[in-house]
Amino acid sequence: MKLAHIQQILQAEVLTGAGSLDREVGMAFSADLISDILVMCKEHTLLLTGMTHIQIVKTAEICDLAAVVFVRGKRPGPEAIALAAQNDIPLLLSSLTMYESAGLLYCAGLPGISRNPDPCGRAKGERTG
Amino acid sequence: MSEQAKPEQILILEFTLKSLDFMRAGEASSEFKQRLKKLGFKPELVRRAAIAAYEAEMNVIIHARKGVMRFEIAPARLLIVVEDEGPGISDIEQAMQEGFTTASAAIRELGFGAGMGLPNIKRCADAMDIQSIPGQGTRLQIIINNE
Repeated sequence: MKLAHIQQILQAEVLTGAGSLDREVGMAFSADLISDILVMCKEHTLLLTGMTHIQIVKTAEICDLAAVVFVRGKRPGPEAIALAAQNDIPLLLSSLTMYESAGLLYCAGLPGISRNPDPCGRAKGERTG
Repeated sequence: MSEQAKPEQILILEFTLKSLDFMRAGEASSEFKQRLKKLGFKPELVRRAAIAAYEAEMNVIIHARKGVMRFEIAPARLLIVVEDEGPGISDIEQAMQEGFTTASAAIRELGFGAGMGLPNIKRCADAMDIQSIPGQGTRLQIIINNE
């Protein structure tokens, strides 16, 4: 799924990386614990988080994350945005909660890190609407 | 940071780390990662080495008074040695258990200190060794082989 599509689904503001919205994201992960990100995240993953301090951007860089979405309108400081710009990590800001953001992306077809290819059971006709 | 080249194509990077310096925390590991990328190591190996280094670097920032982090980059093997002055680890076996932590509430609010660092380093490394003297400090050695 392209970042531009993710931005549209989450009605997100682009804090940095407007030129990289055609980037493909293969999966997503939600965490409010850096330790979890370091243990669980795979490369080119989209991270949804409620943490806004600069270590999030440093962690994203170390883990080769595709982009970061800050949820519930939590805006990172200018140092974090500048560091992300320097490292080519797009940052999005959504006013939706973590649960809502993750749910919308999951049901739009963006799988979790266990790479479930059919998150909402569409292939089996389990999902309606 | 200091830098020197040894024979046999070994590149050495050395950084000093300071307690609770969260603005600079992660810079050593980030520089190490950038070097590995530029030198053409495989992305999977670069990522594994960078995560192990970052966990080790954050451990010093969070738990120790100060430390030195040294990277030896050779074509066949990456060596990371972190030596700190700090409280040390009284029970290494306990510290290796996932979930065990002595981090403060303030550190945990930042999203660190969940007691997953050392087990994650072990997961990322091909070999890992911890020597610690309680009340003095800890020496952590991580080896990652480029096969």
